[in-house]
Amino acid sequence: MNELKFRPKSKIREFLGEKFIAVNAFIALIAIVLIFLFIFKEAIPIFTDSEIREEAGLDKMVFRQEFYEGREAKWSWQPNSEVPKYSLFPLFIGTLKAALIAMLFAAPLGIGAAVYSSEFAGKKMKEIIKPIIELLAGIPSVVLGFFALMILATFLQITLGLTFRLNALNAGIALGLAVIPIVFTIAEDAMNSVPGSLREAATALGANKWQVSLTTVLPAALPGIAAGVVLGFGRAVGETMIVLMASGNAAIISGSFLDSIRTFSATIAAELAEVVFGSAHYSVLFFIGSLLFVFTFIINFAGDMVLTRIKIKIQGKM
Amino acid sequence: MQAYKNNIDIMDNKRTDIPKNEEPTVPIYKMTVENLNFWYGDNKVLFDISMNIRENMVSALIGPSGCGKSTFLRTLNRMNEIIPNTRMEGIIKLDNIDIYRSIKEPSQIRTRIGMVFQKSNPFPKSIFDNIAYGLRVNGIKDKNFVAEIVEKSLRQAALWDEVKDILDKSAYALSGGQQQRLCIARALAIRPEVILMDEPASALDPISTSRIEDLIGELKEHYTIVIVTHNMQQAARVSDYTAFFYQGNLIEDGPTKEIFTRPRKKKTEDYITGRFG
Amino acid sequence: MADTAHIIKPQDIPSELPLNFKAKSKGILPRGATFLAVAIILLMLALILGNIVIGGAGSISWEFLTHPPEQGMEAGGIFPAIFGTVFLVLLMVIAVVPVGVMTAIYLHEYTSPTSNITRLIRIAINNLAGVPSIVFGLFGLGFFIGFVGGGMDAVFFPEEGPVWGQPAIIWAALTLALLTLPVVIVSTEEALRTIPPELKEASYALGGTRLQTIWKIAIPQALPGILTGSILAVSRGAGEVAPIMFTGAAYYLPYLPGKLNDQFMELGYHIYVMATQSPDVEATKPILFGTVLVLLTLTFLLNFVAIYIRSSMRRKRAGI
Repeated sequence: MNELKFRPKSKIREFLGEKFIAVNAFIALIAIVLIFLFIFKEAIPIFTDSEIREEAGLDKMVFRQEFYEGREAKWSWQPNSEVPKYSLFPLFIGTLKAALIAMLFAAPLGIGAAVYSSEFAGKKMKEIIKPIIELLAGIPSVVLGFFALMILATFLQITLGLTFRLNALNAGIALGLAVIPIVFTIAEDAMNSVPGSLREAATALGANKWQVSLTTVLPAALPGIAAGVVLGFGRAVGETMIVLMASGNAAIISGSFLDSIRTFSATIAAELAEVVFGSAHYSVLFFIGSLLFVFTFIINFAGDMVLTRIKIKIQGKM
Repeated sequence: MQAYKNNIDIMDNKRTDIPKNEEPTVPIYKMTVENLNFWYGDNKVLFDISMNIRENMVSALIGPSGCGKSTFLRTLNRMNEIIPNTRMEGIIKLDNIDIYRSIKEPSQIRTRIGMVFQKSNPFPKSIFDNIAYGLRVNGIKDKNFVAEIVEKSLRQAALWDEVKDILDKSAYALSGGQQQRLCIARALAIRPEVILMDEPASALDPISTSRIEDLIGELKEHYTIVIVTHNMQQAARVSDYTAFFYQGNLIEDGPTKEIFTRPRKKKTEDYITGRFG
Repeated sequence: MADTAHIIKPQDIPSELPLNFKAKSKGILPRGATFLAVAIILLMLALILGNIVIGGAGSISWEFLTHPPEQGMEAGGIFPAIFGTVFLVLLMVIAVVPVGVMTAIYLHEYTSPTSNITRLIRIAINNLAGVPSIVFGLFGLGFFIGFVGGGMDAVFFPEEGPVWGQPAIIWAALTLALLTLPVVIVSTEEALRTIPPELKEASYALGGTRLQTIWKIAIPQALPGILTGSILAVSRGAGEVAPIMFTGAAYYLPYLPGKLNDQFMELGYHIYVMATQSPDVEATKPILFGTVLVLLTLTFLLNFVAIYIRSSMRRKRAGI
């Protein structure tokens, strides 16, 4: 008769296997640290190298500069002119304009659609809305940029009689389209997470469906909805292709939303190809990258913390 | 109730990877527990438990729910190590070997101390592959050998006749009682020395329960069995030895007949007579 | 005896409570307004898709998909861009899926949810997901091309010009792999979480080691989720342009990428350059629209398949 001889378990194999898996698991962490290090590494010369600091130091990027003798001091971004100008302010204004328009467009639409889906829609409607949003989320940003560049811009120019075909409004609307899925998903999640017991309590006191939504669900979901808007804003600031293609790429400072703009991300994308390695321009572009990295890091950290805190609170209540 | 008779010599596949005990004196007890304390995080749930488990007998652990008997059972085959944040103190021995300190890889000991769970948990595989799983993870590859042991295990668990023609069907096609017997067959396939059963029949109908109890009665001839049950009548029917747990403490243990007719502690008596739990 | 002066007697309660039972707001206005939001979104989506389909359908043909571009992108096809995209994404998947799956397994099977390591890795994953794509491009340039590629050149090819320290499909693929890593991790974790712990317990009780349990029980059960994550990563990777702009994508190459340090043409990049830098916009318009249609169809198909797998996985779980 055969004998049952079991193979002995190898503690070494288990140990090595676990360590191998663990090492791979740390890649995400290492990646974030490396990104931080390498982006900042190339931006450091702005603070350390005297020549570069002379040309593009922190003060030159922030404050008004008198670029030509006798002329008024102003902010200007023209790194490739004879007198290189590195003011970040025009880029900051451009980024802000685009992101604001995007949120003015995306927040009402995204939150509105989420409220409809969560509070009004029947099951069938919900199953139509969800794919629509997912379809929208699946459109690559280069396609949205293409749409804004070729079709939306023409439409806006004809309807509004604009001077500049590519401008902040054009880019902002397309940007908004990209952000809507984020706002929608987080807002709808927030409303769905409101404990059923809260809704029941309000209903039991005689409130009808809409009153329950207005007085109970929306206030309870407000932190989550706000987090969605904040995270959407973060995405709008970091987005590159849409603004690169649709905003006109002119580093203008103005109050009008109908002027062309230049954003931080588009600047990097547009100028990195021609920049000389190790030059002041090169360091400034990486400095802008660092700014973007830090900004989105903070926004994501804050947004995620809010969302996790909400999740914990709900699990406590349930 | 018709008793199932197994005429197969189930000990004809002996485990040869188990090291022979070199001690001149034969241990009296199959397993011993000395001063076992157990924590889930900061929460202490087992208090200084000491107990002996006798070979080829059925030992029943009884007590009200939440008293720690399942936790205790799981310390016997190091199943608690799967859960994070647990801590244990004390010594547990199998054949005089400290199963925590003398054995490096916990999966090693679980091939000698098997477990059947309260809710049957067959793998999403065929009936055959379910039984064969334990053999395959332990290095038995020969197809004919595996098939032979699968058949023997199913016969031992009194399930062979019902499934012999549908071995390649999913295990989920079976009824609740059949699935539990499948899980028993699966545990038997690796020929452990001790079988731990955590309320094996609590989720089953009376007929299936009765079958399982008969099965336990037969299995004890070749295996050492420890069973957790909240059903006192079952404990009285099935076990030779009974231990009463209450709030993480071992209140009393002894031969089943004595525990149920002449308990020494009042708490035991209260529980047995149904005053609580 | 207790002071009873403050106790309200039934006679004191007015028989008509001033509760306003006037017509309650049924929320018709909010309902209409929010429905309008949905309608606007749907309308914009239809506009985008409609314009692209109408503008691009005419260009789609077998030749378009299998021939290289001719006459400065005014004729011919986009085969090299399709090939480059597929090759790029293939390399990315080989890099990202094993790492992502192992990360999810480590977080789910090996660590406790409250341990510091788990929290740290999760923070890293969340932030990786939020890094702007152009920053990934910068990283690809600075780290992969400059540091890794440059380092390889210094060690293995000190005499020649740059071999690895230049834009190459492997660096672009690795950059994209980092970008899509969170997608794979999240999808795999979601799948792992649906595995009933009893199945794993059964494996352990039969003498299975942790590694055996993961390989034989956990991963097969999580396969739909792993597949979903991989497909979503592919869809994302095929659409992103900013990370590959400086790490290997080119507008026109007379060859197809064959080695890992070759450059490559790519659908998204092709669209960007053609739309913004084409010398004769009208002449290249048909090809441009056609390329957009191809890219869009590709990403939609992938997303559709992934979502289908995910929802059938969820329905199966609910059934069992």
